[in-house]
Amino acid sequence: MDFLIASSTEDLCELLAEDPTRQLLAGGTDFMVEVNFRHRDVSGVIAIDRIEDLKQWRHDGDSVLIGSCVTYREIERGPLSTLIPALAQSARTIGSPQIRNTGTIGGNLATASPAGDMIPVLLALGALVNIRSKSGTRQLQVDELITGVKTNSLQEDEFIESVRVPVLRGPQEFLKVGPRNAMVISVTSLAMVTDIDKEYIGIALGSVSASPCRSKEAEYFISENIDWNNMTVQSGAIENFERLIRESANPIDDHRSSSAYRTHTIGVLGRRALFRIFRLEN
Amino acid sequence: MSLLEEGIASAAGVGVSATRPDGKEKARGDFLFSNDLSSEDMLWGQTLRSPYPSAKIRKIDFSQALAMDGVHAILTADDVPGENIFGLEHPDQPVLAFDLVRYVGEPVAIVAANHPEVAKKAADAIYVDYEELDPLVNSQKAIKAAPIHPEGNIIRHLVIKHGDPDAIGNIIVEGEYEVGMQDQAFLGTESGIAFPSADGGVDLHISTQWLHSDKDQVASALNLPDDLVRVTLAGVGGAFGGREDVSMHVHLCMLAMHTGRPVKMVYDRNESFLGHVHRHPAKIWFRHSADESGLLVKVEAKVVLDGGAYASTTSAVLANACCFSVGPYRVPNAVIEGWGVRTNNPPCGAMRGFGNVQTCFAAEAQMDKLAKALSLDPVEFRLLNALETGDTLITGQEITGTAPVKEVLTSLAEYPLPEPIKSGLLDLPGGTGRTTDKSHVKRGVGYAASIKNLMFSEGFDDFSEARCIISDGEVLIKSACVEVGQGFVTLVGQIVEETLGITDATILPVDTSIGSAGSTSASRQTWMSGGAVLKACEAVVNALIIDLSSENGVAYDKSGLNLVSKDGSHSIDIATALQGRNYDEHVTHRHKRTFPLDHNGQGNAHVSFAFAAHRAVVDVDEELGLVRVVEIATSQDVGRVLNPVQARGQIEGGIAQGLGLALLEDLVLNNGKILNANFTDYLLPTSMDIPPIKIASLIEQSEPGAPFGAKGIGEPPVISSTPAIISAVRNATGKKLNRVPIKPEDLVF
Repeated sequence: MDFLIASSTEDLCELLAEDPTRQLLAGGTDFMVEVNFRHRDVSGVIAIDRIEDLKQWRHDGDSVLIGSCVTYREIERGPLSTLIPALAQSARTIGSPQIRNTGTIGGNLATASPAGDMIPVLLALGALVNIRSKSGTRQLQVDELITGVKTNSLQEDEFIESVRVPVLRGPQEFLKVGPRNAMVISVTSLAMVTDIDKEYIGIALGSVSASPCRSKEAEYFISENIDWNNMTVQSGAIENFERLIRESANPIDDHRSSSAYRTHTIGVLGRRALFRIFRLEN
Repeated sequence: MSLLEEGIASAAGVGVSATRPDGKEKARGDFLFSNDLSSEDMLWGQTLRSPYPSAKIRKIDFSQALAMDGVHAILTADDVPGENIFGLEHPDQPVLAFDLVRYVGEPVAIVAANHPEVAKKAADAIYVDYEELDPLVNSQKAIKAAPIHPEGNIIRHLVIKHGDPDAIGNIIVEGEYEVGMQDQAFLGTESGIAFPSADGGVDLHISTQWLHSDKDQVASALNLPDDLVRVTLAGVGGAFGGREDVSMHVHLCMLAMHTGRPVKMVYDRNESFLGHVHRHPAKIWFRHSADESGLLVKVEAKVVLDGGAYASTTSAVLANACCFSVGPYRVPNAVIEGWGVRTNNPPCGAMRGFGNVQTCFAAEAQMDKLAKALSLDPVEFRLLNALETGDTLITGQEITGTAPVKEVLTSLAEYPLPEPIKSGLLDLPGGTGRTTDKSHVKRGVGYAASIKNLMFSEGFDDFSEARCIISDGEVLIKSACVEVGQGFVTLVGQIVEETLGITDATILPVDTSIGSAGSTSASRQTWMSGGAVLKACEAVVNALIIDLSSENGVAYDKSGLNLVSKDGSHSIDIATALQGRNYDEHVTHRHKRTFPLDHNGQGNAHVSFAFAAHRAVVDVDEELGLVRVVEIATSQDVGRVLNPVQARGQIEGGIAQGLGLALLEDLVLNNGKILNANFTDYLLPTSMDIPPIKIASLIEQSEPGAPFGAKGIGEPPVISSTPAIISAVRNATGKKLNRVPIKPEDLVF
């Protein structure tokens, strides 16, 4: 088996162009589990965790550009946690400190798990994913990148270089249900972000469909019932809002939860997130 | 008692917090666990396991696998040199399946190769032609279903009839309960290494709980004389009952002897879940009745334990589940019927609490129901019925030792309750998921109490051997007692210091070159092997007294750690007197005899009993079904605290496992197959799930017959912590919650 270490993004482009079947290793928190279970037959691996460019992030005015190898830990703490609070909240729920020290935002996206904890936040924020290969670069919406359960639209020779995440002025919430108080795969999760300047509310759901998804119907509906000047929401709208959230979900029954519990809790999370951000108008 | 808050004392001797001799090594990662062992020329073993819960093996073809580069051996049932059968209490399980597989994960073939990955690929390349059969996975149906094993489906049927079978109280409560399949989930998976020896025997280094039981089973399967199988303890990364049975032992020895090379095996986490027994899932029906004054009149129960495909310790687990089904209460009349059955589910056996756990969960729920029906406070009701010394158990056995049930309950109830949570979201239900605000929380409080038998029961000849060797004043202790983390290695030093006044006792390698110490289980090693070490040290002192007396022509007596001549002219401390001398005292320690249960389940089957009570305080988010345990308080009957820090360690660890069973730990089966054989989905409590654990009181009443008066303390913490937590959740929500672990959705729908 080839084991290669990429030293720069250019180097990585070349190594992938040479042999596109080579697989990328960043934090390895999903990859190594699959290798150990022999679910993944690996002929060549390129370690990308030493590429300085991929480990950087920078704040460009109204957005941050986060390199794909920035770790959950770095997002959970430090300046990113105030710039994108919901992303930090979701990062905190992932695995153990050891996992968060090594797992990366690029890995969370590329793995494309229905339960990927950062994905609902990135969806709600309208983040863009920068893809690169030797032949060039392209930019995708998160829902264009993620095509199904653990599948993505990356070509074999492409890699995720960075994620552009808008920095919004307004409260953000990430809530996740799991039977354990930490270090648990989500049974349901919900991200709600607001932009008080643009009077925008974004809502996305995790673990209730094949891929994390926006709840656009709920977004449209509740937008009509929000008073952005007073940060209040119409009390009469809540019941329908919860129903719309539940209807955006299409959960499965599995050993982690029944679909009925997932449907129930996703509505509750929507209401609770809403009440943390907006006061109820009497 | 205040000693629980004290720091780590520097002194040794019995009763102080002596530090673990292996503590620093373990904390620094220097300690050699069994999977750290290696040898030059070593091969790696791998096991091929059945993917089916029930199937006929038509044919096994390993020619392709054996032809792979680096593969040295592939062995099947045909290659087992001796009896292809083993078992901890009773041999009924093939070393390698030959005609049928009876559970998912049953070993079918073993491989030795020059690299673990090669061994895995070779195992994948073995072709087994199975004919799938309908599995039997329902334990209640197993009682009457067609047998899945030549010995039938009923491993044991036990009836306990006590008092008047027609008696009945006016206040009656009834309920059906269920306990899921918990796993020991020790952090160090099974691992070991076997060396073929020049004398035609084998040396096995393995993490285990009972060297001599392993040795006997290996010798029988290998058809080797007893002295050609030598088992040495390798560093154990937790056990909790799951290492009491043979796992890879015979496989390693077969591969080593066949290849003539050392062979090592390490199960990965997934294989570990398949490779050891679990806690028995239980289905329990109870009917309790009391009179109007609140005294228990009668308890009736039916208990079905799912033993899985093979017997393991099912028989003894069932005895515990039935004998102690009514809990630590005075019950004049009882009819208890229990079955331990075979199914095509994974085999179940020993796990901390050993049968008492299952029925305690159900019986304590019944006690709460009765208290409610009687409009009595749950603690007051339990106190009314609490066992005392001189009372009779439902097995007809009189409690002759200490039984401070009232003291345990009273001290617990007096302990102050915790305040409401004042801090942020992360301390409320949902934890890092930030789901729950204070306004969503309801608080609940629940109590439970338990009884646990100590040591082996029902007439088993339970003993432990130890040698105390004095070599020019230095102390060497030899015992086959397995250290699984419980702190025996600390206790040995404390006993030596207490009896001989010498620190720095050396513990010789733990192996089968001395007689058995019995299993590190059943809360027995402090009493049994601690007792053996104590006796061996005392034997040295006696020999020293005889020598001193004859050398000096005057009789000596022991006075504390000094030896004093009868005429008072000469006094010398034992440590000084031992300098320049050599002794080797070899003793065997037994507890008082026990007897089998008769056809009505009556008899003096048990040695001694330990009692505990737990109080749980929980915050519940009813709408999401999420629970946060706020605090567990406990009082425990311990006889005597020998090492306060280690006592606290046992109590905290046991409660953590009890919390796991209450809220999280459940092997989910689908038609005999475990769906969550990994730590992603088999959820152990994390540090955010374990609340502050408060020790309200450790009741120290010296137990007659016990070395230092001390009772085993390892198991009681796991038994009543589970029902206390569920009682607290019921108190908060009003839900029935008749199955553990509870799931969030149980609180929602």
